[in-house]
Amino acid sequence: MTSPASTDSVPPQLSAGPRPAPGPAADEGLARRLRALACTAPLHDLDARKANLAGEYSVYGMAEVALAAIDLVTLNMDFDTGADHEQIVARLIPRIAAQAPHRPVAEHERVARWVLENLINVGSVDRGFRAVYGTFTPDGSYVRRDYDFKLIEEVPGPGGTVYLRTTDEAVNVLVGALDTDVTSAQIAAEVKLEVLINRGRLADAQLAAEQARYRTVQYSETLRRALEATRRNVRAVDWLNAVPDMIAEALDHVADRYRHENAILTNIRKARDETEEPEHKRRAAELVDIVKDCIRRHTQLQSRLLEAGPLFRAEQDRQAFATPTTTSGIDLYGHLVAPVLPLPLERAIRITDAFFTHGTGLRTPVSVRVADLVDILLTPPVEREHLGAEMPEPDLIATPDDSRFSEEQLAAAKELLDLPADAPRRLSGLLAEARDSGGFDLAYLVALLAIHAASPAVGTAYRQGEEKLLFAVDDGTDLDDPDFGGADLIVGTALLDAVGMAADRTEAA
Amino acid sequence: MSEHVEWSDTEAPAPSASAAVTPADAADAARLVAFGLQPKLQPARDQEYTELLRRYRDDPAFARLADAVAAGLGLVVLEVSPRAGMAVTAAEDSVFAVRMGDYARRTAADSGDRFLHGLAHLAVAALAFPRPEDLADDSYIGRITVNGVDAFVRQACRRLEERAEEQGDNTDPATDAPGLEAAWRIWARRSATGATKDARRLAGSTTGIVGKAAAFLTDSGFLQRTGDDHGGTYRTTARYQLQVRDMAGSAAMAELLELGVVPVTDGTASLLPADDTSDLDLVADAGLPFHS
Repeated sequence: MTSPASTDSVPPQLSAGPRPAPGPAADEGLARRLRALACTAPLHDLDARKANLAGEYSVYGMAEVALAAIDLVTLNMDFDTGADHEQIVARLIPRIAAQAPHRPVAEHERVARWVLENLINVGSVDRGFRAVYGTFTPDGSYVRRDYDFKLIEEVPGPGGTVYLRTTDEAVNVLVGALDTDVTSAQIAAEVKLEVLINRGRLADAQLAAEQARYRTVQYSETLRRALEATRRNVRAVDWLNAVPDMIAEALDHVADRYRHENAILTNIRKARDETEEPEHKRRAAELVDIVKDCIRRHTQLQSRLLEAGPLFRAEQDRQAFATPTTTSGIDLYGHLVAPVLPLPLERAIRITDAFFTHGTGLRTPVSVRVADLVDILLTPPVEREHLGAEMPEPDLIATPDDSRFSEEQLAAAKELLDLPADAPRRLSGLLAEARDSGGFDLAYLVALLAIHAASPAVGTAYRQGEEKLLFAVDDGTDLDDPDFGGADLIVGTALLDAVGMAADRTEAA
Repeated sequence: MSEHVEWSDTEAPAPSASAAVTPADAADAARLVAFGLQPKLQPARDQEYTELLRRYRDDPAFARLADAVAAGLGLVVLEVSPRAGMAVTAAEDSVFAVRMGDYARRTAADSGDRFLHGLAHLAVAALAFPRPEDLADDSYIGRITVNGVDAFVRQACRRLEERAEEQGDNTDPATDAPGLEAAWRIWARRSATGATKDARRLAGSTTGIVGKAAAFLTDSGFLQRTGDDHGGTYRTTARYQLQVRDMAGSAAMAELLELGVVPVTDGTASLLPADDTSDLDLVADAGLPFHS
């Protein structure tokens, strides 16, 4: 019924039987359900057609792989781009491997690619699916109609790359929420989540959280399209009221969601830490991941919203200060594009043909003399320059070393400050020791490092996964020193849990 | 308006002043037309070209001779000026005319493809000159990107789709009458891009089709490629403005009127906000409030 094969087949469910009530409302509902049903057909098709593949592929649950693929693509859809093809294949392989662990990895990969290509439907020129269904027209006659849809579509990314995105149809099939409003569905999902958490039903909570995430992705996708459209043409938007209102609304929405999700996060964290049962703990941890991801997406959305204002202003400046001129009388969009698009194909084509014929300019016809042809054919092909022009050798000038302290001094100071974790020391003692071994300069360097340690770079150490961190604390004692004044800091080394931090980092990402 | 009009005004008293035409004059006139046949050649870059353009402007007899040579070859003179050079274009049925079948092979068999290629050219022009003023202003330079054109058309299609949905229309076409399918659906259901084995743009995708149009227009001297971002960025040339304004726009309009479709606008830009701002609920429908 769907899928690569063309659409000569007849839908069996309507080809016979008594005529249903031809009321337009009933029929419309039927058409909608038929279309929803059609969206699932490519998945069933995969299992039906796997027998045709060369090899023994019946062990694989293709529909399961396909749904997993749609999940993966949806969750990897970023604000700017979509999901990367190779990445999706790589992430699908573990699941496929679990279905048939004894088969070679190459076969698993082949299955992943086959499923993904079939979801895109690479074989057809539209790269989509078509289903045929029938409806009654208002005058009571029966018409067969084509329903075209896509599940995963390929979109252009930066630098000419191709990314995957799931379509609205696919998201609807996936979450099973047909015909719903994005915003309200999101709110509903979150309320549900909160209730579930309060009652301690984490298994259901996870499901709801995942649904909320799908909604979040869908929501940011809608906004992304809106912003992109605005970037293209500032004149098309009412910038005095509507757009600022829209942005303010969206920002409010993000703030709202952010508060909400942070509240949920706190709750689940508490549940995660308090619960005794390992299964609950694991689920709660997964839930934390999901909600964190939601928050990350909202933050991304928010930064995009904040950029929108300056973008409008720049565009406005560029376009508004052009001098007004006389009009030519032809408004290409209003007079041509807009009227042509709703026309039926066979009429629209006359207009586009006329535009093409008169709008492409001229081509000088090529005529080749036999004598030239021989020359052309005998000329060896020109070697193409793959590497481009040769880079000139850069002329580097050595800059004089004007450091205040030498490397040796730094090493000596570091050695002095390499304190055992359980034995912090007073700055005064360190300074005296430094002065004895390296004179005033070393003492000065030690003092600087100690002051620096008063505000330790915790964030950097966390990101870089360092194992220890120098810190300095002021406990109110005055420094008694001939060269330096101020507080006699307590300098010590804090040991950091590098493994724990690494785990935490992955969790945060 | 274009300088071309001013010069044609001076043609009227010319006949009495015309001296005998020598073969050398005819050769020069033909040479000027030959320059015009190289659309990517810029007058400022070639001294002889500049010289002949000046002669066209100053010598009405020579101008008429050059016009006659062009007409005899099946060319239409759009403008002769230092900025556009000898802007000539192919008359219909001229040997210089571009035929859709030569342009893209598939279009012969598939009317959907034929429409997509035509619409791509129309959309490139519409986005290059979004306001009527842009088309009239000789100094205006339009900028387009391939992905931008595709997104622009998709936006318009989406708007139509939403409108149809609002009205409860079922736009799915009847199976046995593909010619009756609404034109916007053809573009909307074609994929925007696609992965290919050799990392080139998928020729049948809409960005592939727009990219082909942009590359072809660049070869016609209508666009200049300025970068590779967003599928390729281009800016328009004076010739493109002339071609769209004086030839393509009016030809397509005439065809549209013949079909009985009369687009009514008041001459101001139609890419404007709609009156009912409820339409501007951009979050929900992600559509630009295009008028149609």
